[in-house]
Amino acid sequence: MKKKILIVDDEPNIVMTLEYTFKKQDFEVFIARDGSEALHILESNFPDIVLLDIMMPDVDGYQTLKYIKSKESLKQTKVVFLTAKNKASDIEKGLKLGADKYLTKPFSIKKIVSEVLELLN
Amino acid sequence: MSNYALISIIICYLAILFCIAFFAEKNSKSKWVNNSFIYTLSLAVYCSAWTYYGSVGIAANSGISFLPIYLGPVIAAPLWIVVLRKVMRISKQHKISSIADFVSLRYGNNRFLGALITIICVFGTLPYISLQLKAISETFEIMIDETSYVSNSIFDDSTFYIAVLLAVFATFFGTQATDASEKHRGIVVSVAFESILKLLFFLIIGIYVTYYLFDGTADIYNKISMTPDFESLTKISGLEAGFDWFFMMMISFIVIFLLPRQFQVSVLENNREKHLKQAIWMFPLYLLLFNVFVIFIAWGGKLTFGNVVNAEYFTLLLPLQNNNVFLALLVFLGGFSAVISMVVVSTLALSTMVSNNLIIPYGFLDKFIKGQPDKNANYIKNIRRISIFCIIITAYVFYINFSIELSLYSIGLISFVVISQLAPSFFIGLFWNRGSSKASIIGIIVGFIITVYTLLLPFTIEAFTGINDFTDHGLFNISALKPYALFGIDFLSPPAHAFFWSMSANVMCYLIFSLTSKGNYRERNYAEMFVDSRNYSSLQDSALVWKGEAYVKDIKNVLNKFLGEDRAQRALNLFFMKYKIPPNTQMADARLINFSEKLLTGSIGSASAKILIASVVKEEQVSLVEVLKILEESKETIASNKALREKSQQLTSLALKLKEANEELISKDKQKDEFLDTVAHELKTPVTGIRAATELLMDDDEMPSEIKEQFLNNMLNDSDRLSRLINNILDFEKLSRGRNQLNLKQNGIKNTVKQAIIGVQQLAINKGVTIINDNLVDFRFSYDEDRILQVLTNLLSNALKFTEPNVGKIIVEYKMINNFVEFYVIDNGKGISEEDFEHIFDKFYQSKNQNTVKPEGSGLGLAICKQILEQHNGKIWAKKGNKKGATFVFMLPFE
Repeated sequence: MKKKILIVDDEPNIVMTLEYTFKKQDFEVFIARDGSEALHILESNFPDIVLLDIMMPDVDGYQTLKYIKSKESLKQTKVVFLTAKNKASDIEKGLKLGADKYLTKPFSIKKIVSEVLELLN
Repeated sequence: MSNYALISIIICYLAILFCIAFFAEKNSKSKWVNNSFIYTLSLAVYCSAWTYYGSVGIAANSGISFLPIYLGPVIAAPLWIVVLRKVMRISKQHKISSIADFVSLRYGNNRFLGALITIICVFGTLPYISLQLKAISETFEIMIDETSYVSNSIFDDSTFYIAVLLAVFATFFGTQATDASEKHRGIVVSVAFESILKLLFFLIIGIYVTYYLFDGTADIYNKISMTPDFESLTKISGLEAGFDWFFMMMISFIVIFLLPRQFQVSVLENNREKHLKQAIWMFPLYLLLFNVFVIFIAWGGKLTFGNVVNAEYFTLLLPLQNNNVFLALLVFLGGFSAVISMVVVSTLALSTMVSNNLIIPYGFLDKFIKGQPDKNANYIKNIRRISIFCIIITAYVFYINFSIELSLYSIGLISFVVISQLAPSFFIGLFWNRGSSKASIIGIIVGFIITVYTLLLPFTIEAFTGINDFTDHGLFNISALKPYALFGIDFLSPPAHAFFWSMSANVMCYLIFSLTSKGNYRERNYAEMFVDSRNYSSLQDSALVWKGEAYVKDIKNVLNKFLGEDRAQRALNLFFMKYKIPPNTQMADARLINFSEKLLTGSIGSASAKILIASVVKEEQVSLVEVLKILEESKETIASNKALREKSQQLTSLALKLKEANEELISKDKQKDEFLDTVAHELKTPVTGIRAATELLMDDDEMPSEIKEQFLNNMLNDSDRLSRLINNILDFEKLSRGRNQLNLKQNGIKNTVKQAIIGVQQLAINKGVTIINDNLVDFRFSYDEDRILQVLTNLLSNALKFTEPNVGKIIVEYKMINNFVEFYVIDNGKGISEEDFEHIFDKFYQSKNQNTVKPEGSGLGLAICKQILEQHNGKIWAKKGNKKGATFVFMLPFE
């Protein structure tokens, strides 16, 4: 069975590269351009992993993470922050909220893939 | 009515008064005893037997000239708030116990002045008291049946016994405390009670005469107007009589303040300043009521008796004539009340003066210094008791020898003129700090001598010898020295004439000697305190200038002698606590000296207190310069305190401003941090896209060509975005440092606006927003087209950003106003919030109300616009008060 990944980011160019990458890795890929879209998708699909940007319109990454953590049905879902915010305080905050990984932009595709696979195994 | 019956009624009445006074003393804190009614009624001690009987006499014989005696106080009453309140405050502060104390303290505690005033008051009051005794004696005789009864010795005379009874009453309630500045509630309340009685009974007899014996006021008027001398009774005849009225009113104006009994009740016995407020209208009302029926009783009596009986006793004779003994008895008791209150209060006031300002400072001080405290207190009380008896006895003797032949009215006026001599020292001294003790003494003595010459002397000579030579021809037959017509002024009545000359001379002397001689330091010191009493009340004890050497122990010994050890110790403890001085201090300072003087003043008067304290301290003369310096310093202290307060307020506000500035800086800093974060984020986003795409293109050979193309296209866009962002930041930095040179050229504004709209048209179409520009005219003037294009584009982009898709509408307009071209960019979007208005043109400012969490702009757009316009000498702002949407306006100078 295919692993499910949800990519949440408001930058179409970045989303496009990630989508291409994970489809090639044989993932079922879901795309959300902001938090509220992500919540919508999370309600009906239960992805194994979420790549989550923080600075987004309306519902931001932090709120999305809180939602995931509050749902029993999403207990198995891993969350990776993928953001330009790279201050130590930001990273600390993200991990404290319960993210499994905190990766910063710009990123290496290879690294993202290996981190995601490692988390899922 | 029999002799004995009347005496028993008198004794019963006195017993009732005694009970009332006793009750008041026991309940001296009660509301019944301390209220403005009691205060006002006690002021009515002014209405003595003179008013009760004398007014009717005057009204019958000389018409309405009894009135000025009451008009003066009515005029004075509103001034009490100013004058009397000041006097009250000073008196309370300094424990003043008589008017002699008050005036002598004003002139530096001058012992001689205090004694002089006491003597003047005794001279002024003794005849007055004898007048009261005369009224008692004569009314007594009218009341009893045995009209032929004539006393042959003092011990047969009932007046003597009544006088003794009054003395007992005054002694008992007047000397309860050693400290004479303590209140005598018993006496005050009994006076108030008597004031009610005398007014009530007088009104009753007035109504009886007017409405029972006659048919109302009109009836009396009609009948009296038939009599031949009617004209003179109802008119003020000519200018001369006008002057007479004027001086009479002045006299009564003055004495309502200065009569010892008035000073006693209005100042010393007052315990709430606020009672004055009611008294200033209630007291005139009382006087008015008292005078309503005077004229009708007088006319009624005249119509009934003609000129055969003494008109002063019409009030008694009229009911007796009609066999109404009960009513006559009421009138008698009313008159008796008027007498008692006047005699008791006057003797109380006088005895305090005589003991504190005459006997103690001039003879008994040495004795007190050696004596024991309890003995001293008894001595002081006894001196006062003996004084009271002596005064009343002297008044009785005066009455026996002088007053029998004279009218009540004339004796009363002599008293008034004598007392008036204190007026310049009192009134001027209260408001003019130059008035000196020398001037005061000379003024009073000269005024008194003139009064003696123009009034007392001719009066007594006539009364004793019945010869008018002196009056008719003057001293040594010099007509300019005629006592009733000095230097040819012959149109005034004797009292007004005497008042005119004595007061003129008194005031002249006072002013001249005050201006030519300076008082010593002590005087100047007290003068300053009296005149400026309000400002100095805060300084109180320390306001006194004093220099010298004194030991607390010595002062304490003196205090012990008069107050007893317990009271002295208590007072000192309080003092030490108040000024936070350690109780074991050895040397006394000015404050303690002043405090001790004040403590003793209540018991033995200010002059004696000063002498006593001076006996144990080594006082050094302080030069006037030093006094003024010290006073100046205390004023400066107040001033510098004020300045300090202002300074500290300034500092507080400065600190507040600093705090605000600091907060602004922090916020700016934070904003800058946030801006840098944003810039970094904005820069990283395209870089991330480029990096990821590059990596994929590099590693993935099997990538389909259309995806490859898509990635390459994205990389191109990201690169453009990157360079745009970099340009923006550099632009802003350049503009903010003012290094940028504008490329000023003649341009057509129509074209510039068109270009700007074209630049954003595609975005607008995508969002479904219409952009409208209806301008037809074109203005050509000099500006940097690229920069203005940048401004317009920025404003349009903002407008696009904040308008709703599909319903959004943006209007661009420009017009010429006063040599400026004004541009409007109006949208129907969400508008600008109140808090944003001030900041939207600040760099790094990002509105909190943006509908996205991630700011879409760089935070520099409007800041750049502002800089561009400033460099064009133009202006940009957002219009306030829009109902919907935002309106940005900028203007460029048209040259």
